[in-house]
Amino acid sequence: MTPLTSCLLLSALLFAIGLAGALMRRNAILVLIGIELMLNAANLNFIAFWRYGPNPEALTGMMFAIFSIGVAAAEAAVGLALIISLYRHTKTTNIDEVNSMRG
Amino acid sequence: MTWIVRDLWLIPALPAFAAGLSALARQRNRGFAASLAIGSMGLSFLLALCAFAHTLASSGHGEPAVKVFNFPWLQYGSEWLKLGWMLDPLTAVMLIMVTFVGLLIFIYSTGYMAHDENFTRFFCFLSLFAAAMLGVVIANSLLLLFMCWELVGLTSYLLIGFWYQKPAAAAAAKKAFITTRIGDLAFLIGIVWLYSQAGTLLFYDNGAGCLEHSTLMRLIVQTTCIGMAASTGIALLIFAGAVGKSGQVPLHVWLPDAMEGPTPVSALIHAATMVAAGVFLVARVYPLMSAHGGVNLAPSSTTALQVVTWIGAITAVFAALIAVAQDDIKRILAYSTVSQLGYMMMGLGVGGVAVGMFHLITHAFFKALLFLGAGSVIHGCHEEQDIRRMGGLKRFMPITFATYAAGMLALCGFPLFFSGFWSKDAILHAAQAWSISRVPFYLGSFGALLTAFYMTRQVYYVFFGESRLARHSHQSHSTDAEHHAHGVSDSPHESPAVMTMPLVILAAFAILLGVIGTPAWPWFDSFLKGEPATFNFAGFLESGILRVMLFSSIIVILGLGLGWWFYGRKPIVSAEEPDALERLQPQIFDLLRHKFYVDEFYQDTFIRWNGWLSHVSDWLDRWIWNGAVWAVSYFVLGLSWLARSADTYVVNPGFDEGCRTVTAGGKLLARLQNGRTQNYLRLVGVAFAILVAFLIWSGVQ
Repeated sequence: MTPLTSCLLLSALLFAIGLAGALMRRNAILVLIGIELMLNAANLNFIAFWRYGPNPEALTGMMFAIFSIGVAAAEAAVGLALIISLYRHTKTTNIDEVNSMRG
Repeated sequence: MTWIVRDLWLIPALPAFAAGLSALARQRNRGFAASLAIGSMGLSFLLALCAFAHTLASSGHGEPAVKVFNFPWLQYGSEWLKLGWMLDPLTAVMLIMVTFVGLLIFIYSTGYMAHDENFTRFFCFLSLFAAAMLGVVIANSLLLLFMCWELVGLTSYLLIGFWYQKPAAAAAAKKAFITTRIGDLAFLIGIVWLYSQAGTLLFYDNGAGCLEHSTLMRLIVQTTCIGMAASTGIALLIFAGAVGKSGQVPLHVWLPDAMEGPTPVSALIHAATMVAAGVFLVARVYPLMSAHGGVNLAPSSTTALQVVTWIGAITAVFAALIAVAQDDIKRILAYSTVSQLGYMMMGLGVGGVAVGMFHLITHAFFKALLFLGAGSVIHGCHEEQDIRRMGGLKRFMPITFATYAAGMLALCGFPLFFSGFWSKDAILHAAQAWSISRVPFYLGSFGALLTAFYMTRQVYYVFFGESRLARHSHQSHSTDAEHHAHGVSDSPHESPAVMTMPLVILAAFAILLGVIGTPAWPWFDSFLKGEPATFNFAGFLESGILRVMLFSSIIVILGLGLGWWFYGRKPIVSAEEPDALERLQPQIFDLLRHKFYVDEFYQDTFIRWNGWLSHVSDWLDRWIWNGAVWAVSYFVLGLSWLARSADTYVVNPGFDEGCRTVTAGGKLLARLQNGRTQNYLRLVGVAFAILVAFLIWSGVQ
């Protein structure tokens, strides 16, 4: 097993855990955490392919990762704002109870 | 074509127009209705005079001048039904008689019906009658004649039942209409048969009419299955119509009951004109009746004319016998009319058109006079009609008495001075010379004896002796018009001038008309035949005329004498004492008083059979025709029940089941959309995984 494969396995595992968390947790914040985890797993993928790829000296991988973390942070801020707004409206963080859009 | 022939239609049209306007008038516009009626009748009289003058001017050349005006009326397919009117001597004399007598009776009615509240309706009906009768007279087409004939019958019904609130009057009107209808049915069959054989119903049509030579020859030759010639059959059927309308035996039963109508109606319709329509019809179709194949046969020996003669003779005697025992003044005159109509028919049968028509004309005048006189008597006696309760009116009503006596003597045929003598004599003379049999002559003579007898009886009961009027005799059984202002005076009084003037005029004619028919100057006979008339006293010396004149004079004197013997010698004192003849022969008198029980016979046979037939028809209607209708309706109801059941139990549940399935499906699918984002994302994830797997698997392939 090459170091690339083990890094990719790790990021895949992290992505799966994050997906499971996003899809199966009741609390909204924990869903956000799952989403963060998925994003970070993707970041890990970037770094792995940069480090074990053809050109490790260039800063390409690191630029990707920093941009991705910046976007993740912005998106987490928006998500949190949504959650706070939702909490103020429905007084709960249980997203199973937010089903007023059902048909 | 002179204007009078072209405009002859005006003569019936004017009274019809008056009738139409009167129908729209209110009951209180009496003067309007009366003046319309009298005015239109007067105009028709003037036109009739013009027609008569025209006919006079164009006659005397040997053949009776017949002017016609025909026009096509109704088209069916390629055939045309034509109608038309005609002017010939027969028409002219009838027109004068009908319009003149009608005019006098109209004037009389203004006085007689003055107290009646339905004055306007009366004059409307009278005008309509006059129009219809004049239509019968001028018709050149048997169809037009029949139409006006029916209209005459209708107006007779309306006028007999004028006081329709009285049950007797309503019943009499119905009886008259139905009885004449029986005759009219035979008449209609005759018309249809004639049309099918002759192809035309016009009488005179330039050689193609049904009374003209070629058609008659064709009709004589055709025979029916029983060996009778078509001309005889048709003639007998047409005569049946005349039997109904002119009250010959056996259809005479309606005439006496028709006396329920007002007296002017009895005078006009049931003495002078309508009943004369039957006689006129026979005179009109005389060429058909007398058509025969042999060359040497006299015209009066055809089968049809023999039937006419026999029925006429029998009617003359039958009705005269009944008249002997009647007590109602108008009934006596009614039966007298029936009897005289029998004489007219007999005259037509044995002697031809002139003989019968002369008696018709004279009879119209003196019978109308007698009826109007009777009306004057009834009016003066405050609506009393029973002769046993009258008496002594000679003193109270001198003008009525004088005119009534003139009419009575004319009816009896008193020798020489009265028209009835000459006309009846002509009939008796022709009957004596009849080649078939002498019996009608004997019957006619016996009838003349009876006529003199019962008229004398009537005159003695009504005018002579002491008054037997009950002091409190407001008998309201005859009319509704008893709102007299007579108050206290209960004694009979003479009628007003508007009623006595027509009486005087008619009496004058009853006397003077005889002049035109004497053997010395047979003007009437020649006028109808179209020959010039000569004045010649030697006419008296012809074959047996003087003998017959003497014989009939003896008969009349004998009848008058018998009447005086029974009723004139001892004055009749009280109303309840039995009749002198009744004391002599009670059973015969009773039979005569009950009119030979003919009405009862008809009631027990024909009327009962008719009732039975109506029961059968009712049963058929209720159970058979009605049953068929019910069957159809129940069938339809059954079909509709079936449809409803199918709808309720098959279509509806099926539809409901479908809807429920759709709803369940919808409910199922609705669960997918539960509003939970995580659920949606889970589904997306699963679907994505499947898609990727599918793509990789197909990529590997």
